[in-house]
Amino acid sequence: MSTVVTDTHSAHDAHDHHDHKPTGIKRWLFTTNHKDIGTMYLWFSFLMFLVGGSMALMIRAELFQPGMQLVDPHFFNQMTTMHGVIMVFGAVMPAFVGLANWMIPLMIGAPDMALPRMNNWSFWILPFAFLILLSSFLMPGGAPAFGWTFYAPLSTTYSTDSTALFVFSMHIMGMSSIMGAINVIVTIMNMRAPGMTYMKMPLFVWTWFITAFLLIAVMPVLAGVVTMVLTDKYFGTFFFDAAGGGDPVLFQHLFWFFGHPEVYIMILPSFGIVSAIIPAFARKPLFGYASMVYATASIAGLSFLVWAHHMFTTGMPTFASLFFMYMTMLIAVPTGVKVFNWVTTMWRGAMTFETPMLFAIAFVVLFTIGGLSGIMLAITPVDYQYHDTYFVVAHFHYVLVSGAVFSIMAAAYYWLPKWSGVMYDDFLSKLHFWASLISVNILFFPMHFVGLAGMPRRIPDYALQFADINAIVSVGGFLFGFSQLIFLAVVVKAALKKGEPAPAKPWEGAEGLEWTVPSPAPYHTFDVPPQVK
Amino acid sequence: MKVRLTSLLLGLLALFATPLAYADSLQLNMTRGVTDISQRVYNLHMLVFWICVVIGVIVFSVMFWSILRHRKSRGVTPAKFHDNVKVEIAWTVIPFLILVAMAVPATTTLLKMDDTSDSDMSVLITGSQWRWHYSYLDYDIEYMSNLATPREQIYGRLPRTENYLLEVDRPLVIPTGKKVRFLITSDDVIHSWWVPEFAVKKDANPGYINEAWTRVDQPGIYRGQCAELCGRDHAFMPVVVIAKDPEDFEAWARSEEQRLADRRAEEERLLAMEMSKEELMEMGQQVHMSYCAACHQPNGQGVPGVFPGLVGQGIAVNDKTAHIDVVWNGVSGSAMQSFRNTLTMREIAAVVTYQRNAWGNNTGDVVQAADVHNFSQGNQ
Repeated sequence: MSTVVTDTHSAHDAHDHHDHKPTGIKRWLFTTNHKDIGTMYLWFSFLMFLVGGSMALMIRAELFQPGMQLVDPHFFNQMTTMHGVIMVFGAVMPAFVGLANWMIPLMIGAPDMALPRMNNWSFWILPFAFLILLSSFLMPGGAPAFGWTFYAPLSTTYSTDSTALFVFSMHIMGMSSIMGAINVIVTIMNMRAPGMTYMKMPLFVWTWFITAFLLIAVMPVLAGVVTMVLTDKYFGTFFFDAAGGGDPVLFQHLFWFFGHPEVYIMILPSFGIVSAIIPAFARKPLFGYASMVYATASIAGLSFLVWAHHMFTTGMPTFASLFFMYMTMLIAVPTGVKVFNWVTTMWRGAMTFETPMLFAIAFVVLFTIGGLSGIMLAITPVDYQYHDTYFVVAHFHYVLVSGAVFSIMAAAYYWLPKWSGVMYDDFLSKLHFWASLISVNILFFPMHFVGLAGMPRRIPDYALQFADINAIVSVGGFLFGFSQLIFLAVVVKAALKKGEPAPAKPWEGAEGLEWTVPSPAPYHTFDVPPQVK
Repeated sequence: MKVRLTSLLLGLLALFATPLAYADSLQLNMTRGVTDISQRVYNLHMLVFWICVVIGVIVFSVMFWSILRHRKSRGVTPAKFHDNVKVEIAWTVIPFLILVAMAVPATTTLLKMDDTSDSDMSVLITGSQWRWHYSYLDYDIEYMSNLATPREQIYGRLPRTENYLLEVDRPLVIPTGKKVRFLITSDDVIHSWWVPEFAVKKDANPGYINEAWTRVDQPGIYRGQCAELCGRDHAFMPVVVIAKDPEDFEAWARSEEQRLADRRAEEERLLAMEMSKEELMEMGQQVHMSYCAACHQPNGQGVPGVFPGLVGQGIAVNDKTAHIDVVWNGVSGSAMQSFRNTLTMREIAAVVTYQRNAWGNNTGDVVQAADVHNFSQGNQ
């Protein structure tokens, strides 16, 4: 970890001297400032979180009871599809990019991202991507209804024309992600403050550095596969159609070659966040910094060798199944190392439990539960029973909601004083935490049971023996959904500067360059690079 | 926190379970199933589950002990350590060994599951939106298996019965004690044929054939459903399998072969016979509800932009032969499949007549089985 020796000039002077910026809409449209862009990413992702969340609530409302009550099955499929696409590409990924924009320059002592104009562009194409995607609801036949995994030929021959909008919006999201990733890599490689060697970088920077390479590796694969869907549907190609020599399973190989690294794209930055927060509130250095870095790198490497564990039932050769089973089980080793490191960091620390720490601890527990069900899913013969059931839904929501989303919440509470200059409302934040923690478990834990009992995913109606648990899950869903409005209230309050003024370093045990600048962080920071020893 | 959370969860479960009593028993775990393979799968599931529970309990206990004891409010001073090579090697190697221990039984079970050799009989299973077709390769038997739950139950106009959404008009019938091989494919999109009690789940990929097998020891009725999102009525595509003693199975197979042969003979005979328009309309409505309504809707309105409507427009009011053509051959590159092997000529005649006269279409056209026969002859 970095040790700050001197901040070579008074940050307050810099504040007075440089804090001029255009006002009004122009500031946001034309900004090249990493903090403005980070803020826009974060607000955009929260908006998408609410949009995707309201779709989830429609799903849960229909599933509250057996029978079709509220929506048509075709609309239900549109909801599951759009919920997935929006949460993955609109909520979780932009939230991490927003955090990267805000925090990476502050953490490595850089004045901004390396490519500020491209940074502006990579954000501003995103709203258009989602406008295109959401406008498909207005088309005849509605939005895409083939699942966020858009398996061919359901997404080609058997889909509506909204597929074209889906494909183009995916292209734009992919471009945005690739540009964001390039920016992160160039920034980290070239703009670290003097003395900030690679092995002194905060883990959030490290995990994002590795994540960015994953993005550059797999986003082009996604672009390729959506283009093949487009040409299969409209231009007479047969990539995924056996009638012309293609293979529908080829689609799944390509998609999951993107899709599995994508899963780690959505969790590696979480590891970085939690690795910053737990030491801060345990008042003790992170245990095993180097092994954290190596574990992250090996998870990233392995993520390219496990894609077909999503496809055990497609009829792969036995030895391919075995290979992917072994590789998948292997991921448990570096992931375990991380969990053990966090627990050991807490061991014999002097902990306090401010809201960021509460979310970080909940992350460790609930992510571990999701990781353990991941080991169960890796076992091919048993996966035949779990595959495409609610057990899988429970698993990936544990790692994505109580994992990735909780870590984003933890990050927001941890750095909100730095961003806004005021302390967040402590009571509301704790209320948000406890409401989220309890409801997220009412929402997702019973899904394990209903999945083991045999309920397939992506169905709008189900057999009667699944009724009780679905009712509980729906109640949890609504509780969790509305709990997030408390978070909105906390953030709006802080954004309106209502709260106690925050000192430069509001957390006693926090470490890192970001705490050497005043709160709120001035518009321009580190014009003169700090010295790191 | 964890203990409190668990008791809270259990409390909430109890709270909600009482007033909502749809099911007699609440199944919370995977079925043991009724085959040797499904037992092995269940045991493997429980083995891995308990290993995960033990790991979870150890990790969380250390963590919560730490949370309780190592808090600033107790006046502790934080330790300074941040590395320990021995410990780190241990918690890399030990999990690896645990994984190897899990991989061994997993591998042997998988090798058994994937061994489809030396089967006693084979059934070709074809998924199509949204029904299963079963074809016995060793017998002269093939038929469609459709959801038997009436729409009235789905839309809450009738009370839901015990096997809601898990009942079909014609289940698959297999003999007990025999190794039955399933050849699984699809006519349109990807489906997945799943019977939890056999631990068999295999994707039905259009244009390719997958293999799976089972050997059921206990006679009984086993229910499952399509497990891969396959479009609008994915939830309404159940699998029902009846396992019978070999003698009972042989008797069933003989009577089924006879039934299908009689049906073909009847079909031949009826080609020459005219049906009245009322008979055609009545039969046509049944066929429409079972085979067409999922897409074109019971009222023929379709789903705009997805499935074309049949009322006052399109094939149902234009050329009669074109209408027969679409039902007979399907429309390539669309969800409209060919019904030539699904429906009898009489049924096709009836449904075409029905669609041309129902919902105010009133074309007055009457289509007889002979018309469909003539079309098929000219067509081949």
